[in-house]
Amino acid sequence: MASAAPAARRAHTLWALPPVAALALVFLYPLALVVWQSFTSEDGGHSTAPYAAVLAQASFRDALANTVLIAVGATAGALVLGCALALVIAFVPFPGGRALGRFIDVFLAFPSFLITLALLFLYGTVGIANGLWTQATGAASGPFDFLHTPWGVLLAEVTYFTPFVMRPLLAAFAQVETGQLEAASSLGARPRQVVRKVILPEALPSLAAGGALVLVMCLNEFGIVLFTGAKDVVTLPVLVYTKAILDGDYTGACVVAVVNIALSVALYALYRCVAARTAAGGVRSARA
Amino acid sequence: MLVHSRRARWAVWTVFFALFLPLFALPLLVIVAASFATGWSGVLPSGATLAHYQDLARGDSLDALITSLLTALAASVLALVAGTWAALAAERLPRRVRRIVDGLFLLPVAVPSVAVGLSLLVAFSQPPVLLNGTRQIVIVAHTVLVTAFAHQSVSAALARLDPAYEQSAAGLGARPGYVLRRVKLPLLLPSLTAAAGLCFALSMGELSATMMIYPPDWMPLPVQIFATTDRGALFAGAALAVVLMAATLLVLLAVSRIRTRASYR
Repeated sequence: MASAAPAARRAHTLWALPPVAALALVFLYPLALVVWQSFTSEDGGHSTAPYAAVLAQASFRDALANTVLIAVGATAGALVLGCALALVIAFVPFPGGRALGRFIDVFLAFPSFLITLALLFLYGTVGIANGLWTQATGAASGPFDFLHTPWGVLLAEVTYFTPFVMRPLLAAFAQVETGQLEAASSLGARPRQVVRKVILPEALPSLAAGGALVLVMCLNEFGIVLFTGAKDVVTLPVLVYTKAILDGDYTGACVVAVVNIALSVALYALYRCVAARTAAGGVRSARA
Repeated sequence: MLVHSRRARWAVWTVFFALFLPLFALPLLVIVAASFATGWSGVLPSGATLAHYQDLARGDSLDALITSLLTALAASVLALVAGTWAALAAERLPRRVRRIVDGLFLLPVAVPSVAVGLSLLVAFSQPPVLLNGTRQIVIVAHTVLVTAFAHQSVSAALARLDPAYEQSAAGLGARPGYVLRRVKLPLLLPSLTAAAGLCFALSMGELSATMMIYPPDWMPLPVQIFATTDRGALFAGAALAVVLMAATLLVLLAVSRIRTRASYR
């Protein structure tokens, strides 16, 4: 038996090899090449010169600032909105609430750019909001013209990513014991206090995990910004696309991609750590 | 029940629907409404028409739909095989190695899809493997992006699986391959079908990586929607978007029917 164990372990390692090798070929090796290319200057030598060149560009710095600001804003918005909506679905239930949960699942399956497309019909130069305004006031054009600004991207991202916050929260809220709520209420706690003192501490790990995931997805979002079609709203993923496909500057695109990847992967690693620690250590570590 | 007074409850519900309907229900409805219209300058769309859908049946939109369906099918099957294999194999590895393997398979979730597209473009435009400009590179990109989700849901299902089934089968003398085929995979079937549906839906809507790498003769539906709306044909774009949503929903519905049947067995 003692001699069988190492052989079995070898067999297990062998079984794990094919999928890992496949992943290495189509994902890890290409990523490594992107990093390598980002250090390759035009004369074929390898240096940090491409980084210096890209970092000096105002377009890059604007894109970085845009990306981070929009991502943080959209995450904050999605957290607040998702929390409020999930609280109502879970604790002030109404008939049809379960169908609503299913609707949210369907919403998650749709691509993000559909939201931007829909917003064009809602708040675009033609569209419901401006149509309402012009019909009511007789003016030639309506007041809503924010879709091509960062605010339009922000609205689309909050809309698209709120369900991503709601789903883990609804699962967490389902774990909260109604007895606790009844006890708190009968002891005289007002609904606001019950939410703050009883429900939210219980749901904090899910809230943190959902927020971190949404932040990473916002940093990586491309479709919403592309469909907005605004020249002055450029984020890192859009800059990668512009440099590689429209300008043919692969080294520059690789530099931007490496910065974007570093940002997102670092955040994602942090999220995994927090998620693992909260799973092991309970509620308190989620706050750290 | 958190809010006890009837009036307060109605107030909460009113605020809820005042937020929920315009933000989440309205966008999807608006797209559907726009796909049947020729203009929209008032509150309601004008010029009811089926022309956009009739055009779809004639133009290259049908090709785009078929392209998307085939790509999603290929990517989901490949992702399901790779993700399930990796999850099953990782379960037997020592803990530390297992965490590394799981981490590697989750990594594509964190890496921007645009960067995945760029990396494939950089890697497969040069020898030893030349895939740039082929259909295969689109399928590879979609597979990379959705494998993480397949792996994640199969791993989660494996962790919930009662080891007693497997052990008793092995205790009765079943060989590992037989245990896998007759015990483990059937028990995993509900999560496998759920993962398949998710992978299919994600692949159907994938735009970011696809924009980087699609060849002219393999243009999936999301790229077609972008090309259409980008040249200003918003209403035709809306019709395409409805086709995309309907196709995704139909596949999800079919998968969930298989799933309920699998879980009753």
